Order: sequence, then C-alpha cells, then structure tokens
Amino acid sequence: MRKPYTDRKYIIIGFVIAVGIIFILKLFHIQIIDKSYKLSADNNVLRYMTQYPARGLIYDRNGKLMVYNEAAYDLMVVPRLVKNIDTVEFCNIIGIDRETFISNISRAKKYSFFKPSVFEAQISRETYGFLEEKLFKYPGFFVQIRTLRKYTEPIAAHILGYIGEVSNRVIESNPYYKMGDYIGISGIEKTYEEILRGKKGVKIMMVDVHNREVGNYMEGKFDTLSEMGSDIYLTIDAELQAYGEYLMKNKRGSIVAIEPATGEILALVSSPTYDPGLMVGRTRTKNYFLMSKDSLKPLFNRALMATYPPGSTFKMANALVALKYETLTPQSRYGCSGKQSQPIRCTHSHETPLALRGAIEHSCNSYFWATFRDLIGSSKFKNTAEAFQQWTETMHSFGLGKPVGGDLFGEQSGKIPQSGEYNRIYGVNRWRALTIRSLSIGQGEILLTPVQLANMATIYANRGSYYPPHLLRSVTQRSDSIALPEFKKKYTSVNQNHFHDIVDGMHQVFSGSHGTARWYRIDTIPMCGKTGTSENPHGKDHSLFIAFAPMDNPKIAIAVVVENSGFGATWAVPIATLMMEKYFNGEIVRKHIEERMVNAILY
Amino acid sequence: MRFFIDMRERDSLFAGIDKITVLIYLALVLIGWISIYAAVYQEDHSSIFDISQNYGKQLIWIAIALFLAVIVVLVDIRFFPAFSYLIYIVVILLLIAVLFKGTVVAGSKSWFQIGGFALQPAELAKYATCLALARALSNDFFDMRTIKGKAIAFAIIGLPAILVLLQNDTGSALVFSSYLIAFYREGLSGYLFIAGFAVILLSVLTLLLGPALMIISVAVIAVVSILFIKRNRTNIVKVISIFLVAAAFIFTVEYSFENILQAHQKSRINVLLGKEIDLKGAGYNLNQSKIAIGSGGLKGKGFLQGTQTKYSFVPEQSTDFIFCTIGEEWGFIGSVIVIALYIILIIRLINMAERQRSDFARIYGYGVASVVTFHFIINIGMTIGLVPVIGIPLPFISYGGSSLMAFTLLLFTFVKQDAHRLDLL
Ligand SMILES: [Zn+2]
Repeated sequence: MRKPYTDRKYIIIGFVIAVGIIFILKLFHIQIIDKSYKLSADNNVLRYMTQYPARGLIYDRNGKLMVYNEAAYDLMVVPRLVKNIDTVEFCNIIGIDRETFISNISRAKKYSFFKPSVFEAQISRETYGFLEEKLFKYPGFFVQIRTLRKYTEPIAAHILGYIGEVSNRVIESNPYYKMGDYIGISGIEKTYEEILRGKKGVKIMMVDVHNREVGNYMEGKFDTLSEMGSDIYLTIDAELQAYGEYLMKNKRGSIVAIEPATGEILALVSSPTYDPGLMVGRTRTKNYFLMSKDSLKPLFNRALMATYPPGSTFKMANALVALKYETLTPQSRYGCSGKQSQPIRCTHSHETPLALRGAIEHSCNSYFWATFRDLIGSSKFKNTAEAFQQWTETMHSFGLGKPVGGDLFGEQSGKIPQSGEYNRIYGVNRWRALTIRSLSIGQGEILLTPVQLANMATIYANRGSYYPPHLLRSVTQRSDSIALPEFKKKYTSVNQNHFHDIVDGMHQVFSGSHGTARWYRIDTIPMCGKTGTSENPHGKDHSLFIAFAPMDNPKIAIAVVVENSGFGATWAVPIATLMMEKYFNGEIVRKHIEERMVNAILY
Repeated sequence: MRFFIDMRERDSLFAGIDKITVLIYLALVLIGWISIYAAVYQEDHSSIFDISQNYGKQLIWIAIALFLAVIVVLVDIRFFPAFSYLIYIVVILLLIAVLFKGTVVAGSKSWFQIGGFALQPAELAKYATCLALARALSNDFFDMRTIKGKAIAFAIIGLPAILVLLQNDTGSALVFSSYLIAFYREGLSGYLFIAGFAVILLSVLTLLLGPALMIISVAVIAVVSILFIKRNRTNIVKVISIFLVAAAFIFTVEYSFENILQAHQKSRINVLLGKEIDLKGAGYNLNQSKIAIGSGGLKGKGFLQGTQTKYSFVPEQSTDFIFCTIGEEWGFIGSVIVIALYIILIIRLINMAERQRSDFARIYGYGVASVVTFHFIINIGMTIGLVPVIGIPLPFISYGGSSLMAFTLLLFTFVKQDAHRLDLL
C-alpha cells in the first residue's frame, strides 16, 4: 500500500472547484451582466437572412459577356411563426390558390418548423412591391432577394448548363447547401460550381411581433459577409459559337472547334439546341419537361455524348499505327480494283496503285484494308491478339476509348475495341485481321464522340500531341482557396516524323485534283482535312469531316458531324470550311454556300 | 472462477452501492434526455418514442446503459483486475480494425456501422485504458517516480491515443491525457504540471503579444530575478539557462504557428485568443453558442422555448453543444445546477477513490474522476468560449450511444468496486 500522496487529493479537488467557479463566473457574465446577448424586452425574434452572393459572371474568350445575373424575389416562410393570417387575401396578393398555399406550407413544415425555407420562388417585382407594404399582416413570411441567370444571347446552352434548386441528396451530403439554394446542375455551371457560387453569408435581423425588421442584431457583429462568386472566362469564341449554331439550324449533329496549340475549345455546337433562358426561374421545370419529351432531344449534348463510327476520318490513325510498327512506309503502294475490290469494296475510282498521300486524298478503302491486314498479321507480333492489343493501346494514346476532355460535363468515352472482346466473341486465336476488317475503314465496333474527332484533328495539326480539350480559359479569383484544374500536354505514342505524310495527304484532300473536299477549298487558307461517312444501321448515314488550318502553325482544328445526311463531302465539309472562313476572316464571302447550308432542313 | 454472484446473495447485492453517485448519474442522464428532446423538438414530431429522432434513439441508449449498469453490478469484482489487460488488448485491436473497416462520419474514420447503429471504439478505449492503468499502476513493483514507471504509464495511454489520432479524431485522442490527473495522484511530479502551465502561458502570450515583446519581457524578468536572488554562480547559470530555454521556446511557438499549423487550426486559435473577430468558421459556432447561452438570462426561456438553439446554427447541437440548450432554456440557474452536479460527482468520486483499500480500485476511481473532469472542462469550456472548440461529448448528457455506454461502464465498474471495498481483508 502506498499512501504517500493522499494530500494531493486536496490539490485536485481544489483545481476542480476552481474550474467550476471560473465557469460560473463566465456564465454569470454572458447570461446576466452582458446585455448584448439578450434580445430586447418586447420579445424580438432573430431572423437569419442568408446573404446570397452574386454568382460569378461568364465571359467568352474575348471578354464578351455571356451570362449575368438579375435580381429575383423569393417569398420565405418560418412555419412556427405563421399565425392568424388572412389566407384568402394573402393568396390573392401572390396569385396562388388555396391548394398551393396548403401544399407549400406543408412542404416548408416538413423541412423545418424553425428554419426559413422558400414558400414561393421568384415572385415578380410588382408582387414584391405590393407585398412589402402588407408584410406586417403575415407573421412568419418575409422576402429574400436572390439572383437569376440571364443570357446576353440565346446561345451555348449545352456548354453553359443551368442552375436549379439543390436536391435533398446534395443537402444531406454537403452541409454548405440548404433547402432552396441554387446549385449548378449541368455544363459549366456544374463543373465550376464552387468557383461561380462564391460563399453565402448570414445577416441576423431583429424582427418585432408585427413581423417588421427593426434593425441589425448587435450592429451586425455576428453577421458573416457573403463572398462574391468568381467570374469565368471561357475558351469559347461567342461569335463563332453563334455562327456554328446558325449553320446547324434544322439539322442534327455537332461542330467542335479547338485551338490546337492550347486545347481550348473555340466552339462546341450541338444541334438541335435551345435557348438557355428557358432553363431559368419558375418556368424551368415545365420547359425541361417539354424538351425532355421532344423526339429531337434538344437537351442531349451531342458534341460530348453522341458516339459515331468515325468512318474514313479514322484512316489516318490506322496508317499511323502501321507506320509506328514499320509494317508500312510512306512509299509503300497497294493496288485497288475499285468496286471489285476484296474483301472491302472501294467506292472511289482512281489511279492505282497508290502510296499513303494519294490513298488519303482518294480515301481508298483497298489501301487501308491492306495496311491494316499487314499490321495485324505482321510476324513482328506473337499473334493476332497481341498485334491488335498494340493497335488498341496506340489508339488510347490518341485520347480515344475514354473521355478526352479536361473539364467537359457529361462527356462519353466512346469505344475502342480490345483483343479480349474478340476472344470472347470468336474464341482465342479464332479471329484474324479479316474477321475485324471493318475497323480498317473506321466502321464496326469503333465509336468516337465529336469532341474526340476534333481532338484527332488537333493531333494531326500538332503532329502528334494535344492538350485535353477544355472550356475554362481563366478565372478572376476572388478567393484563393479554389484549386483550378491544370490541362497538361499529352503525346501520342506515334513519333512526330510519321505525321508529315499524313498531313500532306490531308492537304491533298483540299488541294488535290481528286480530293474529296476540293470543291470547298479557300485559296487564302491552306486547309487539311478528311471526309468520312459513318454507317448508320438505323437510317441514312452520317456525314463527317475533320480538318485543320492553316497547314503550318494551325490555329483551328474542327470536327463536324451532320446526322443522316449521307456522304461527308456534301454537308460536313462546307459547314467546316464556313466555320474556318468565319474564324479567319470574320465574314463570309461564299454567301451561296452559307445560304445552302442554313436553308437545308435535314431532320 | 465464477463471475456472477449467487442468487442467494442477492439481498445484499445493492447494499453497498453509493447512492449519491447513482442519483447524480440518473439526474444527469435525465437532464441529458430532456435537453436532447428540446434541441431537436419540432411541433409536428412529438412522440417521445420516435426512433427517427435523436431523443427517441437516446431513450433506447439509456435503456441499454441502465441494463449494462445492472450487469456490471452483478459481475464478481475479481473480474475487473483479472480481465483488464484482455479488455485493453481487444479494444486496441478494435481501434486498429476501425482504421481499415470503419465508416467515415464527419471526417473521422472512427465508427463501426452495425445495422442502424454506429459504435465508436474510441469511447470504449477510455474504459479499457482506465482498467489497464489501474492494473499496471497497482502492481507492487510499479513506481511512478522511476523512468520505467513513467514509460509504462505513458505507453498505456499513448497507444490508444495515437490510434484514435490516426482516425482523425483529435478531440477523443486528447481525452487520454486526462489520466495525467490520476498519474499525479500516484506520484507523478507536480513540477511537470507547473512546467506544462508555463508552456501554455508562454504559448498564449507569445501568440498574443508577438515574439519580440515576449523575449524582452522574459529578459527583464531574468534580469530582475538576478538582482533579487543570492548571486552565486549556480543561481545565475540557472536563471540564464531558464531564460535561454524560454527564448528558444518562444521562437518555436512562433515558428510552428506560422509554418506548421494549417489555416483552420490557426484560425481556431486566433478566435479563441480574441485576435480574430471575423466570424466565419471557428468563431461562428462559438458565437452562436454564446448567443444561445447568453440569451437564456437568469431563469432561461423555459422548456422547449429556446429559439436560438433550434435554428441549427449551432452544429452538433445534441452532441457536443448540448450545453447551449441547457443554458438557453434553463438560464444561469440551470447551468449552475448542472455544473454543481458535475463538481459534486467528481469530488464524490475522488473521496470514494481515497477510501478504497485496494490500489487497483483507488487508481481506477481516480481514472474515472479524471476522464469525467476532462470532458466536463473541455466541453462546457468550449461552449462558453474558454477553451478551443474540441469536439468531445458532455458525460451522461450528450446524445450518443457509445459515449453513454462508455461512461456508464466506467462509472458503475467503480461503483461496484466501491460497494465491495470492505470485502477485502
Ligand atoms: Zn481505291
């Protein structure tokens, strides 16, 4: 038994009592002496008014304003404080019926008895003015000022996306959001929600028994200031975007234009589109419903979400894999028997045999089948599956088979088939190049999104490298706590040297005497491109075109898809060249072509 | 060994139980439930058995806790020393397991989700550590004054503390430092506490006044002391070395504050020191809490009349900030009563610990008193702005099953041993 420290009990007890006394003194101070914590005698109530910061503005790459804010008025309610009100008069003022009143109140009660929530969103300025005078008759109700999105032009709806009331799921997982708050739901508004939204503040007001605000609680000592959202500059060129949407009127399809040196997306058109102003405010739910029922699917962002077999636009990629593994040289020639060719017919009649440049100019199916066969069947690889796996991996390095963009909301992966898949379908070692021959001309299991197609054009323009295509150019930082995404340069696994003949071939598509795009060349702008026709089992084929210009030091790379319009050269080529003409010259000289495109209805 | 007492002995079963302790326990649990009810009360949910609400769940927890208390009282007292290490090891294993298999709640990976209920091993660790300490420190060869003694004692509290820290639950990890109070009673030098106090004082003053002013002040104090003490060689060397250590410490504090602490930790400290009045993050909760308590006045607003605490602007209202509800609805009078209940309970526990004949029971009793004291000081101190915001519950009162069960086990294990204190020898 050790009892030498028994006396220490008094020190410990003394310490505990001292703490107790300090606590009691502190409580005496804040509960009895310091009057600042108490509400005044006439039983004032504190009202916590959320201070919504203005959401960040959105500009295009040239500083042209695209999205701004306008004040709106939300009628708020604190159910606990609602008593003895003239419901009929109240409903008349805000223009709702009794049923709506009851359902709104019960929705608010379900959320909370004590916390304010939105009773009726976005009442008009007139209603607000009228209601403000009479608010003292309706205890528990007050008006909160909010901002609504406004658009300078009815363009770029898919890019910008929209905002809406935050869902319960988000409220539960993220404590920042409260019922009735707005949050970005799609597009830029969603991707950059944290940058745009800023930070909410709280203003504490004292409210008397007549529902009148009688002043700031403790001179605003406990208020928190809201922080304005940061403004965003997009990579989009609003003028080019608007022109693209104009050209795509009454057609289904997409245009994606990228600045090759940076990966900045200059235009991202998905048609049919809609007026972004329709997705704002009280009518949003109704409009959303109507558009989601529309058989033309205006809400569907084809540029990022639709996938197509790339057709002949894919031939250069196939040739590059063959060049990489040296089963093809730029000088190798293959013959073509035109429509009699086996196993794939060639639809173009041309001189024969052709080398790489000519094959691209004439889009010779026989040539690309032969290069594919020689690659996949090459003795350099252990077997077909291994050869094909090399092909797949090279395609992945082109940003295919997975989302390629840096900040693109809802972008799809597309598809690049893998050996395993064919092993499952045909059995191990039971398939050869011949089995999967349609890949050689970009048909079959390959699927690309329009943004991936545009990125392929970028890769040819850059001779083998790209930046992930993205929409964010810069941000006017208002708070330094938000990390901005970085878009890092990527290289394909194909050596830069192999791109020279590809680019020359693509140039001949415009400049050659038989080039598939020769009718649309513009002498002042040396363009390179490749047409394609995407086989569509459900109807007329899709018209595809990828291009970049100028040939040296390119400023724009572009992909155009026009659904169900047949051969690539007829629709996609003129639209792409008009876009480039617009981008370089600012105005269109070839009015007849423009007119033919705009007036075409291809639904 | 049989662990349950024969039915024949039942008459005497509750005989030695300390009534004051049990009554205070029941009073605190009741106050807790009433406050949780008030904190989440809404006019249209009013069934007290509503399992979807915290007060409904707490009712179940209280029932389970009372059941546990009875079980503990039925257990043979030899069970506790015999199984203390085993319990400790099992709980340590649970703490390791939760790091891999746990569910993340509010940033801390410290919960096991079992069906609809969540279990927090960190709470059980307080109990297990208390038992293991009592066992180790009551060993005849144990001496707190030796290095070895200190090493053993600190290892027993350090291991669970580090594991809990790894779960990202700083508050619960700090709780293990409360056993220092028990160590002090068992012979840990008081100078350690004086040094600790000096460290805190120097840190606070450095952060408030800045390093330059502090160095000058410490230098002045050093010079003055040299003038007044007997000026022999040893004394002067002593004063100068203390001065140098203090100066080095001041720079370390300044450096760590500026370079090591993260922004939110800095802001918490600044708010506490009153240097930051911009009330966005850390200061926000604290001020909401003070408004709620302050608005209670002398008599409080009355049961269910608190408006301030209902807006949910005080987070964790039924757990860590439950004292806000008490302060707002029951005012200064109610708050003082609750504080008095805790102080009476703690003093009672200390006196009970001192009357034990076995070292095991005494050390265990001090352990219980230490943990309750620590929680009491930190939790109430935090809600009234005297200590930093550290999220730990108020014993017996806060909402939460793991916490209530752990404190019930802690307390009744001691009450049981106290009831049998005369059985020994
Ligand atoms: Zn051919």
